[in-house]
Amino acid sequence: MLEKFYDVIVVGAGPAGTTAARFAAEQGVSVLVLEKDRDVGYPVRCGEAVSKDGIEPFIQPDQKWIASTINSFILISPDETEVKINFSRTGYILERRIFDYELGKLAAKAGATILTKAYVYDLLRENGQITGVKFEHNGEPKEVRGKIIIGADGVESRIGRFAGIKTHTKISDMECCVQFTVSNINVNPNACYFYFGTKFAPGGYLWIFPKGNDSANIGLGIGGDKAKYRSPISFMNSFFENKFPNIPKLTMISGGVPCSFTLEKIVKDNVMLVGDAARQVNPLSGGGITSGMIGGSIAGEVAGKAIKQNNLNLLHEYPKIWHQRVGKRHEIYYKIKNAIYNFSDETLNSIAHSAIKIPENERTLLSIFKIALYDKPSLIFEFAKIFFY
Amino acid sequence: MLLIEIKPNKCDFCGVCVGVCPEDAIELKEASIEIIEERCTNCAKCVWCCPIEVLIFRKDKIQQLKAKAI
Repeated sequence: MLEKFYDVIVVGAGPAGTTAARFAAEQGVSVLVLEKDRDVGYPVRCGEAVSKDGIEPFIQPDQKWIASTINSFILISPDETEVKINFSRTGYILERRIFDYELGKLAAKAGATILTKAYVYDLLRENGQITGVKFEHNGEPKEVRGKIIIGADGVESRIGRFAGIKTHTKISDMECCVQFTVSNINVNPNACYFYFGTKFAPGGYLWIFPKGNDSANIGLGIGGDKAKYRSPISFMNSFFENKFPNIPKLTMISGGVPCSFTLEKIVKDNVMLVGDAARQVNPLSGGGITSGMIGGSIAGEVAGKAIKQNNLNLLHEYPKIWHQRVGKRHEIYYKIKNAIYNFSDETLNSIAHSAIKIPENERTLLSIFKIALYDKPSLIFEFAKIFFY
Repeated sequence: MLLIEIKPNKCDFCGVCVGVCPEDAIELKEASIEIIEERCTNCAKCVWCCPIEVLIFRKDKIQQLKAKAI
């Protein structure tokens, strides 16, 4: 049965939310997770790629949610020059519906209560203080009180807005995505493919991430300022027509990735934001699973500590720790992203042509960057423009 | 007057539109989407960013809007 009060209420049961819930519950405080959808882990809105190092601190790798193990990248330029780079670390393509579910179970094991089909539509306020949330469960309006509210409600986050934080994303920073999971596909099952250029995905990239031997996620993300002129689904359809005209498509999803840097404010009063809701996404790759879990773990831990010490001022430690650990790095990635996504097709082609001349065993992202600079010194200016202006 | 229209039965409820809406004018649940007319300024950011062309901007209604304004 649902209690009337919880120390911490988490809104959203994605990886960031359930990790926040787990880290708070592990400190012995009471935690409630409210999820608007009826399942934890579904629908999946994700390319599902992560690095092994990134997730290992949070969950022991398990074959039941690993669809593929990745050991190389294949970067494809606008003229379709393929540059293979062997990855020095290990990557995974996940089965997010199982992965998220397992993270939910870990939170529950730590003592958190989880409620699905619970749509939070406002914060509860009493005497000018935020004292809980209002939500709809199975069509019935409900209320629950809590000391700390953690908004893990994704790209469409409204918890921050309810608390008075401006959370909407600039359209040029919003990668607007569409993805199909396809079957009967013949790609390298241990390589992630990235297509760049205006033909495939202007202001973003198109990906093929293998899931097992004959299945893959094929998707693309383009900046909202580009999507304005031609929609992501239209680019995706052209790609399929050209490359895989009759391929069976098992799922289709759309979604958005806020590829900026962390919101200026991720704590206000007794409200904290984590994951996509706080824009804790790696803006260069668009990956948000690992960084969302890091954000969630810090927020959960800080929230638990604040409850135990009965001192909500401690919540302000969360943004500081986050910026030290990840946030600062994301600001640099953001600048690199803007440089790369503004490269012309000719520049991308010329980098690829230089890169394939590097022997495969010496080919790394850094070596490609170096040769690109040597081959085309003007690139330095393109980067300098982005970094210094 | 609302110039943004949602094509019926097409939405995937992904939330991109909510993420870019500067006015918090879109209410999105598990399987329903609604534009709150009093808040919407017809800026069309949601239309531009929708990955699967669910939202449309009714240019044809602009004349009506102008006529109303006069």
